[in-house]
Amino acid sequence: MAQTGRPLSPHLQVYKWQVQMVTSILHRTAGIILAVGSLIIIWGLVALAAGQDAFATFTACATSVLGTIVMIGWTLAFFYHLSNGIRHLVQDTGKGYAIESFVRSSWLSIIAAIVLTVVVWAYVLMGAHA
Amino acid sequence: MSKDLRNPLARARGLGSAKEGVSHWMLQRLTALALVFLTLWFVITVLSLIHADYATARATVAQPWNTVLLIALILTMYRHAVLGLQVVIEDYVHTRWLEVASLVVIKFIAVLAALTGVLAVLRVALGS
Repeated sequence: MAQTGRPLSPHLQVYKWQVQMVTSILHRTAGIILAVGSLIIIWGLVALAAGQDAFATFTACATSVLGTIVMIGWTLAFFYHLSNGIRHLVQDTGKGYAIESFVRSSWLSIIAAIVLTVVVWAYVLMGAHA
Repeated sequence: MSKDLRNPLARARGLGSAKEGVSHWMLQRLTALALVFLTLWFVITVLSLIHADYATARATVAQPWNTVLLIALILTMYRHAVLGLQVVIEDYVHTRWLEVASLVVIKFIAVLAALTGVLAVLRVALGS
């Protein structure tokens, strides 16, 4: 891109805060987190193929305190990218662009991501203490 | 009279559409749709294995359908990730050499990660 020094659109600093800005930025952020996090899946599969000791090291890391925090963050990024991704797929058919429904579906994808993350981790953590 | 509406200077410099935009867009959506199903299947499978021992986890991956779906997940996931990261890099990295270098690096990493994952799944599935 040519370095013209001109201001670039969108001028985020002059916009009023809106939920649909946040969902758009978070979608990309979550996508980047998932791309990096995908390497954890590869690590797990390689450990599974390598043998019992390697897999025990992997599960010990994944279930440590730090590992659990990473996993919860990863789950949230996954469910957000999933629910907002489905929202984008629906919008690709031309539906849901009226301002009211656009804002409503923005909130819906955020709330769905949080609810699904809580449900999954309630299942995992309650199962661990059962 | 030429039907090309582009500026002659732009054409001489070789700038303009690479005519790949539509296939990028379509493939991003197609892989997204596949990943809706593949990732949900993956999460459910992992959740069913959280208290399983090593042998059970191996046996699950070695089930033919699970092997196929896992390999499909790995390939689709990295194809989708490269398409998405490419757009993010093109939008935000404005230093040309850094932009090109980043685009190459994410592709190298994605291919290596995908191949490593597929080999691991096959090793488990074929029991070597």
